[in-house]
Amino acid sequence: MENLIAWILRAIPFGTIIMFGAMGETMTEKSGNLNLGVPGIMYLGGFAGFASAYFYETATPDPVPALCILIALTACIAASMLGGLIFSFLTITLRANQNVTGLALTIFGKGVANFFGVMILDGATYSAVPSTYAAFSAKLPGVTQTFGVFGRLVLNYGFLVYAAVLLAVILHLFLKKTRTGLNLRAVGENPGTADAAGVRVIRYKYPATCIGAGISGIGGLYYVLDYSQGIWATTSQIEALGWLAVALVIFTTWKPLNAIWGAYLFGMLYWLYMFLPDVLGIHVASYMTDLIQMVPYVVTILVLIVASFRKKKENQPPASLGLSYFREER
Amino acid sequence: MENAIELRHITKTFGKKVTANKDVSLEVRKGEILSLLGENGSGKTTLMNMIAGIYYPDEGEILVNGQPAEIRSPKDAFDLGIAMIHQHFKLVDVFTAVENIALGLEKGQKYDLKEIRKKAGEICRKYHFDLNLDQKIYEMSVSQKQTLEIVKALFRGADILILDEPTAVLTPQETEKLFDVLRNMRKDNKSVVLITHKLREVMEISNRVAILRKGEYVGTVETKDATESLLTEMMVGQKVELNIRRSTPENPLKRLEIRNLSVTSREGIKVLDNISFDVYSGEILGIAGISGNGQKELLEAVAGLQTVEEGGSIKYYPEGRGGAMQLLGMTPRKIRDAGIHLSFVPEDRLGMGLVGSMGMTDNMMLKSYDSGKSFLTDRKGPRELAEKVKEELGVVTPGINTPVSRLSGGNVQKVLVGREIAANPVVLMTAYAVRGLDINTSYTIYNLLNEQKERGVAVIYVGEDLDVLLDLCDRILVLCGGKENGVLDGRAATKEQVGLLMTNLKKGGGEA
Repeated sequence: MENLIAWILRAIPFGTIIMFGAMGETMTEKSGNLNLGVPGIMYLGGFAGFASAYFYETATPDPVPALCILIALTACIAASMLGGLIFSFLTITLRANQNVTGLALTIFGKGVANFFGVMILDGATYSAVPSTYAAFSAKLPGVTQTFGVFGRLVLNYGFLVYAAVLLAVILHLFLKKTRTGLNLRAVGENPGTADAAGVRVIRYKYPATCIGAGISGIGGLYYVLDYSQGIWATTSQIEALGWLAVALVIFTTWKPLNAIWGAYLFGMLYWLYMFLPDVLGIHVASYMTDLIQMVPYVVTILVLIVASFRKKKENQPPASLGLSYFREER
Repeated sequence: MENAIELRHITKTFGKKVTANKDVSLEVRKGEILSLLGENGSGKTTLMNMIAGIYYPDEGEILVNGQPAEIRSPKDAFDLGIAMIHQHFKLVDVFTAVENIALGLEKGQKYDLKEIRKKAGEICRKYHFDLNLDQKIYEMSVSQKQTLEIVKALFRGADILILDEPTAVLTPQETEKLFDVLRNMRKDNKSVVLITHKLREVMEISNRVAILRKGEYVGTVETKDATESLLTEMMVGQKVELNIRRSTPENPLKRLEIRNLSVTSREGIKVLDNISFDVYSGEILGIAGISGNGQKELLEAVAGLQTVEEGGSIKYYPEGRGGAMQLLGMTPRKIRDAGIHLSFVPEDRLGMGLVGSMGMTDNMMLKSYDSGKSFLTDRKGPRELAEKVKEELGVVTPGINTPVSRLSGGNVQKVLVGREIAANPVVLMTAYAVRGLDINTSYTIYNLLNEQKERGVAVIYVGEDLDVLLDLCDRILVLCGGKENGVLDGRAATKEQVGLLMTNLKKGGGEA
């Protein structure tokens, strides 16, 4: 029982990182843009959030928690959206290949973050923003005592965990229930049709891609300022998490609500190697770790296979995903 | 009568080389049906796209209801009451009918699908449309999709409706229904523009006919003063013999004997259900049916490209030598070597027949790349063949090494058919051989097929245009829902007969 609880306590924060990444990418892909730069954007968002908090904390002796959050979040979203804007300009306006642009953005984001990261480290092995970490990971006081196991499992996280769930619901409602959502989905499915119906395709693709990038970036922010306890050391784990987020989008069949349980499931699967042996009471060799961490990808592939077998149109990617649109093309 | 639309000196070019429209001036009146007639590539669609806001003219001006109009986008067109129904329907597959109607509607009014459904339902009742508004588009038939497009246009209060080749995908019965709707709209004092190249439709429904040729405006005639041969001459620019000469089959011999052929698709749907028929040398066997009723699978089964169910049989009787061969279980290559050639023209012409990025020579070589003993391929033979096809069929290309994807549809088709005929087939199967071709090229292809027939080749012709099927074929096999729904004599059958068989399965179908 304790093992299971500990497992879930690991899985939910982990899931939150990729849930942000996946929700942003879902938003982007609904507009027909396949942005494979998610890992890069998460780097940009995570690092910008960290760096801005770092400068704020070094500049004042007594950082205000609310300001820490505001500054980090603003910097993170701005940097991530800038990444999305670069992608949008290259693929929408200049009609560059989306796959190549996305991969380049991943390399770019990682490079930028690690370059400036090393500058900030300035010889040290890591640097930290303790006040910001405290602000991001602040929990409701006393919940574990009052609500027992429920309190520990559900109410015991930083605010971004709940923001992620709320955002998933909002995204779902936006896509399903609003005119703008309908138009956006039409743009991703069939831009020619949307255009002929009077929807300005570019005016949907740009914002969707940039806002999507902004949301993805928060995943990186959460990773650095809460999950990694506000410590920056040149890291390559964000990239792996970014790809997992891309896989999660496919796993959810492009539905934000599925991202909630899908992300936590991925979290459980990711930490499988650590907890399953204990829960089952068996021993697994340590070199198996990496192999077991691949399980989320295997599950994604299984979902893809099942979805393509059932051929249900609603579970397929947006029909014009990855294609650029040009009205006068013939 | 007042003018709904006036075009003045419209010119549109694509890139530096292609002039789609040159100095076109014409008007559409209120309360009339105007046919816009022209061959493929004559710029009809481009011209109408400029009224619908898809393209913007390089020169000239457009007047709507007497006022000069700037139509920069489809939205501008809606605001002026112009709606266009494109050849490829502008519908989102995973949306319901109502969601498609709601798409792109004005901001400001409340987003309420129920309200939209109610209003659309009223339009359906008024014009007697039979449409389930909650159905997803991918579950709809082609004719339902077209109906929805019209409902969409009416919903937005369109007064000017442009339809691009609306009957290309419809059966004769569905076409009649569409025409009734268009007549009703005319009665409502709306304007209808019908883009088409089918002369019989033009004569049947329109008030006036405007003709384009190679992007230029030729003239407008009142339909009551027009004849088919006059219109053709205006359209093509020269007199065209519109008759297909059909000779009586000489000494027909059985070439293929197909028995109890069934094919089940990967989704578990029976696309071919217990088909049996014979194919004879020296005749053209037409296969009629709404597209997607098993024609593709049938031809591919004969060509060895399609897995069929147990119990079927395709026997081939070779020339001269006796002894029937069972084709089932043979590789496509062996079947081809036996003389059965499939010239398949799917919607995407460059999909199965040719490789778009390769030139004529290389495409010819696809059939002979492994002949000869040398380690290196032989390019001489294919090059000569390419030259021959280019000359004999009049393929217009900058050179035989120009990628075929840069050629027009008609020329691509000539390359494909030319290659297949050059292989001296015993059985030649063609599917949609003239889809999207202009009149001249179409007749070139018909003549080629007739020549093959007279040489004693067994020709299978899968077609869409019933008039042509009835003029060209000796016998017509009608497919409906994957079942064989009768074999008609091409000389005696009528269009209505074929149309009826295409849509209504006879009782105990397959027993014809």
